[in-house]
Amino acid sequence: MAEAHPVGFQWVVEAKNRGARIFHIDPRFSRTSALAHTHVPMRAGADIAFLGGVINYILTNEKDFREYVVAYTNASMIVSEDFRDTEELDGLFSGYDTETNTYVQASWAYEGMEQHDEPHADTAEPMRHESHGPPVPRDSPRDPTLQHPRCVYQILKRHYARYTPEVVERLCGVPQEKFLEVCAAWTENSGRERTTALVYSVGWTQHSVGVQYIRTGAIIQLLLGNMGRPGGGVLALRGHASIQGSTDIPTLFNLLPGYLPMPHHEKHETFEQWIDAIRHPGQKGYWSKAESYAVSLLKAYFGTAATEDNDWGFDWLPRLTGDHGTYRQALDMIDGKIRGYFLLGQNPAVGSANGRAQRLGMANLEWLVVRDLYMIESATFWKGGPEGPTGEIVPERCRTEVFFMPAASHAEKEGTFTQTQRMLQWREKAVDPPGDARSELWFFYHLGKRVRERLAGSTLPRDQAIRNLTWDYDLIGARGDEPDAADVLKEINGYDLTTGRLLSTFNEMKPDGSTSGGCWIYTGVFKDGVNQAARRKPGREQNWVAPEWGWAWPANRRTLYNRASADPDGNPWSERKRYVWWDNAAGEWTGHDVPDFEKTKPPSYRPPEDATGVAAIAGDDAFIMQGDGKGWLYAPSGLIDGPMPTHYEPAESMVRNPLYGQQSNPTRKVYDRDDNLTNPSPPEKHSEVFPYVFSTSRLTEHHTAGGMSRQLAYLSELQPEMFVEVSPELAAERGLTHLGWAHIVTARAAIEAKVLVTSRLTPLRIEGRTIHQLWLPYHWGSEGLVTGDSANDLIGITLDPNVLIQESKVGTCDIQPGRRPIGKALLAYVEGYRRRAGLFPGHHTPIVTTEDADG
Amino acid sequence: MGVRTWIEGWPVYRQLTGTDPLGRGAAAQSERSKELTARTGTADRIAKSVCPYCAVGCGQRIFVKDEKIVQIEGDPDSPVSRGRLCPKGSASLSLVTSDRRQRRVLYRKPYGTEWESLDLETAMDMIADRVVAARDATWEEEDEKGRPLNRTLGISSLGGATLDNEENYLIKKLFTALGAIQIENQARI
Repeated sequence: MAEAHPVGFQWVVEAKNRGARIFHIDPRFSRTSALAHTHVPMRAGADIAFLGGVINYILTNEKDFREYVVAYTNASMIVSEDFRDTEELDGLFSGYDTETNTYVQASWAYEGMEQHDEPHADTAEPMRHESHGPPVPRDSPRDPTLQHPRCVYQILKRHYARYTPEVVERLCGVPQEKFLEVCAAWTENSGRERTTALVYSVGWTQHSVGVQYIRTGAIIQLLLGNMGRPGGGVLALRGHASIQGSTDIPTLFNLLPGYLPMPHHEKHETFEQWIDAIRHPGQKGYWSKAESYAVSLLKAYFGTAATEDNDWGFDWLPRLTGDHGTYRQALDMIDGKIRGYFLLGQNPAVGSANGRAQRLGMANLEWLVVRDLYMIESATFWKGGPEGPTGEIVPERCRTEVFFMPAASHAEKEGTFTQTQRMLQWREKAVDPPGDARSELWFFYHLGKRVRERLAGSTLPRDQAIRNLTWDYDLIGARGDEPDAADVLKEINGYDLTTGRLLSTFNEMKPDGSTSGGCWIYTGVFKDGVNQAARRKPGREQNWVAPEWGWAWPANRRTLYNRASADPDGNPWSERKRYVWWDNAAGEWTGHDVPDFEKTKPPSYRPPEDATGVAAIAGDDAFIMQGDGKGWLYAPSGLIDGPMPTHYEPAESMVRNPLYGQQSNPTRKVYDRDDNLTNPSPPEKHSEVFPYVFSTSRLTEHHTAGGMSRQLAYLSELQPEMFVEVSPELAAERGLTHLGWAHIVTARAAIEAKVLVTSRLTPLRIEGRTIHQLWLPYHWGSEGLVTGDSANDLIGITLDPNVLIQESKVGTCDIQPGRRPIGKALLAYVEGYRRRAGLFPGHHTPIVTTEDADG
Repeated sequence: MGVRTWIEGWPVYRQLTGTDPLGRGAAAQSERSKELTARTGTADRIAKSVCPYCAVGCGQRIFVKDEKIVQIEGDPDSPVSRGRLCPKGSASLSLVTSDRRQRRVLYRKPYGTEWESLDLETAMDMIADRVVAARDATWEEEDEKGRPLNRTLGISSLGGATLDNEENYLIKKLFTALGAIQIENQARI
């Protein structure tokens, strides 16, 4: 955190100065470790073993915050008697289908609700649950005493019983006493009087079990009562200025704004099927009003052309058929299936896994449009990339037509970023962009205008969506051709179409076409007609929650699910942790933050039996977006790889999973092709060819793929060179010299780097043997003031099945002293490793490795 | 120059008689330093902005003089950052003013060995033509069971996390209306 989010880390230091204890759990000692009380080095990729050990500690010693757990989580829910755990099935849950490598999830459901589930036939299918709540009935059998053998609490307890301190030590390389120090501190600092915050970054998301890592953290925080409370939470530190905003108002294939799903050709053939799949009729919570959100979006898109008779234009929307993620696309480019590609401030030639596949894909397009501030590797792959010297990509044989369109910087346009805590901040424009540089707003507005002109006379059904699109924005600026960002933000906020008034809350949205709104969760950013994101009341002039600086979605709430900061009766759990509470005299919720609950619904409210939607949320259902109103310790549906996190080895590991026959996530997304090989792991042979673990991350002085940092003199001077960190022990084992050269090899590539021998990395004892880990920054490429090989060239494409994010935080490799070969010799050198590892053409990495599995 | 002025010109005199006995402040100031003024003090206006790097969202103040950005500093009013910027945020001035920045459209034709220059309007027309053509050539009306698909898999787009919400909104809106679904950004990596 100190390394990649330094200014955010000031608050950790502030907490430290007030007596908080800081633990940093990371394979490598970094600038964060230097300021923490305790650094816990561990093996990359063993996080569920570590966190599962914490869960086991909590449950074995009954350290959970019982009143919170019973009231606000699904601990008391009874699960189907058909459910079988990984502990019984050698690392698989019940319902696994070896044909498709996916689960039929019916047996994971709450008792009596098994029929509510549908088979999941395709690994990308559960992606739709990323967008909105998975289906769950509003009332299920419960045992508030938590004694029923099939209640979630007991299932959790059995599931993690084997994750003992001894197992944690064997798997993670963390000595038992150090592990127990973390457990004791975490549990002692949680409860009525105290809360503990859990902070993570892409160190958790970039794994083949990334979603389950975060689930494990969430389970701990729910068991300890740290969710929805001040000083608690599971906090994601995100890495780009508006990566949160570009998820909320998504440039993502599976989503529409506000986490509405892109329609699927089979599941959402009709408007009703699409709406019902989001609101799950009969279920509790705010998704019940999905029709209002969806119709308002379509009204924002298609204006008066969206009518009840044409289902608001639903039939104009394109349909998904499965996985259309960025990695699928890169491989499809190699296969010649994609003609044109836009790159908008992203540099996949350096920043995405399997850089070679990215570049080969780009070299096989008809055309490419690159919009950036500086010349980046993704614009020059045709003449300046690593495939030039090897003869794989040379200008004379590369057909791709490339347009480089200079972009406006953050200072040269106005608009909002949404930062990592869901807060929108409006930026004022300082000056006009130079030369041909233009904003994305300008580019897409004028591109859209040109395309519409070309299709204006079309009567083809396919052109009706673009022809009926609302595309009129106020034009401002010196040239008079810049779309007004405030005008666009107003469209996002939404209008009452009968009066033209800007909406103040999404509760005003209607399903009858009388309201519009481009992103329902952002409604209120123009509350009372005022740009709330532009508010700049100084922090020192308001309370510590600072509600009058910017605007946070939804409804300017700064902490989600903050109803849980009060006890079931609506009183603060303690004076120290007072945040949001029920004011009986006033008959409303109040507090330091905007309450995340219906303002006048009393804690004692119990819904009538036939209630659904918002009315079905009881006065103590703190988790109002969940179909049962509870925080989930166990996910009865919605995750593709299991209802509870389970330790699987990374897709590349030299360690045989000691807990189960199943080595790695059996539902991980693989693209098993010769240009995307995976290093062998046990029980396959030859894992010794790649005997070391490597991980990658950021440096303070550079940003992602380097496009915004390696071009700047100050930052390039501060971190001038690609390097690899190794421990003194590994340096001795491989003959590596401090400040000398080394090269690192995987089945995909060999790259070179300067050697930094440092005790910031330490060998670990895993399963009775010594495991060395090495670490690389991933910022370098061939353009800029400082250049170097790209760490992402080493990494293969294996994805988390839930969200299709790559496993780039852990892999296996070899490291050797000296520089790598160049030219064709480099290809032959990597091929030699592949042969020794048994990765011959047609090789397939086994997915199921349980004892029952064939072979 | 009188004797008194001459003596008072000695830093050591000022140090002994003034309010700066350690000689770390006013006593040690030269005439030249005294005459310097901060760019932040002489700016024509200040734009309130936000750092463009990570997602912490530190407040920035952008100082403009003669329609040029002369300095970017942390905004002390921000409850997020309280005026601080990290090395990257502190380098924002270079990010926006560096002469290495690309200011003109560049074009590389198929099998070309070098960049060529291209007029912005021409480039926009060429890109629009290519979008329409790629879409036409790869349009999918329906699936094998006759259910609507309404899409093209011939066009991809990547990026958005460095851009504004308003920009992401227009990008998704336009591509969705064109039937282009392969729209992705940094949140997927």
